[in-house]
Amino acid sequence: MNVQEVLNWLNDFATLITDNKDYLSDLDTSIGDGDHGNNMLRGVIAMQQQLTEKQPTTIGDIFKVTAMALMSNVGGASGPLYGSAFMAMSKKANESEVLADLILAGANGIQARGKAELNEKTMIDIWFAVANALQVKQLTQRVIDDAIAATKNLQATKGRASYLGERSIGHLDPGTVSSGYLFTAMMNNLQGELA
Amino acid sequence: MKKLINNPAHIIDEMINGLTKSYAHLVKRIENTTIVISIENAAKVGLISGGGSGHEPAHAGFVGQGMLTAAVCGQVFTSPTPDQILIAIRAANKGHGVFMVVKNYSGDIMNFEMAKDLAEMDGIDVEYCIVADDIAVENSTYTQGRRGVAGTVLVHKILGAAIDQGATLAEVKSLSDAILPHIKTIGVAFSGATVPEVGKPGFVLADDEIEYGVGIHGEPGYRREKLQSSADLAKELVNKLNNEFNFQSGDNYALLINGLGSTPLMEQYVFANDVFKLLTNVGINIHFSKIGNYMTAIDMAGVSLTLMKLDNQKWTEYLNYGVKTVAW
Repeated sequence: MNVQEVLNWLNDFATLITDNKDYLSDLDTSIGDGDHGNNMLRGVIAMQQQLTEKQPTTIGDIFKVTAMALMSNVGGASGPLYGSAFMAMSKKANESEVLADLILAGANGIQARGKAELNEKTMIDIWFAVANALQVKQLTQRVIDDAIAATKNLQATKGRASYLGERSIGHLDPGTVSSGYLFTAMMNNLQGELA
Repeated sequence: MKKLINNPAHIIDEMINGLTKSYAHLVKRIENTTIVISIENAAKVGLISGGGSGHEPAHAGFVGQGMLTAAVCGQVFTSPTPDQILIAIRAANKGHGVFMVVKNYSGDIMNFEMAKDLAEMDGIDVEYCIVADDIAVENSTYTQGRRGVAGTVLVHKILGAAIDQGATLAEVKSLSDAILPHIKTIGVAFSGATVPEVGKPGFVLADDEIEYGVGIHGEPGYRREKLQSSADLAKELVNKLNNEFNFQSGDNYALLINGLGSTPLMEQYVFANDVFKLLTNVGINIHFSKIGNYMTAIDMAGVSLTLMKLDNQKWTEYLNYGVKTVAW
């Protein structure tokens, strides 16, 4: 995993968010307040600008720039959650550049900020699913898709969707879907880290 | 979407400019931020609030002497970010610390907590309270607890008055702890709100449908049914509040009736008339009342009803204390 591969990963993530902005907001309209796509778009645009301007030269610095850009531009709950993930990954990258370790650190960072438990229909479900699959070298697109699909039948007990109670069942969690784009982009650019 | 706007992406920027140009004798914008700050500059505890935009006049309309020192405006229905909140904390700090009034939404709490962490690294004392006045959603099955809605405005008013009279940061914190359990709100929506960047309503009610308990971003409430008379709506909402307060004849209360954006004042006054009838029937004394648009949900139609049980004469004085703001 080198700096260029990580930049390509994040650029592909930005593209996937851009292409699916309306879909993310539609998902959020069903169980939240309908702005996840717009918020994430604002964040990834700022992320790309700052990565271009600041030209970070280490993976840790790339994640730090990404963390600050997302935290300062996404807003809502997603901003601090993604910000905390990349900040934790940035710290971790100073000691290990093993992808499984990085994603696990990110998952723990999200959990520390948002205080959700597994199976509460939040993005930590997919982060831990991916971290676990990476640990045993079994991350595939199927793992990502399954983690997204699994949120559909869960009742939200954390996050804004929790106000819906049982009515949250039957809808995908928007934060899990946007995280899914991050991991799909990761798989496409970091094949060497997966096997 | 039929709205008086230029570009949905510029709506916050242009709104803040319009507000601060219109009321330059009260407030100004901190340049290159989404922060509206009071032009008053006395050496007191700073009081800041904020949250997503779309709730106008909350929160910037309550900036000024006797209420908020500054308001941080997020994107529509989206919490402001920690960097913006941090700038507001620094600007509001006059050496006596800063108190933040946060509504109980996970995004707001996370962003304000991150800002508090950052400010404390700068050596600024920061305290905060979380307003969770909406009784529509129960906290037993919802781990997030109750939402913070229109009652937040009363918190701004009371804490702001106390600060204007010289309260310390610790005193503000204990005052907030004392008043928060006494403030409760319940609402009813007639229509959804259209977020400009989304371009369509967050939810749709039929012409003859209402939904009880909808939140200020259009989050679902507890029951949807056919439209009823103002008197019946008042009865439902007052009954819900009674379940919480257990009204006793002779009790003292403050009353806030809040329009959600598209309901005319005429209808709000009709509703107020019904609420007064019900409350006076059970022998309740209303020592303070306020009717109008204070915590809106863009163009949502509907109203919310907030009651505050006044167990302390001082609280009534704070509510009636004179302020210089755009919207109080």
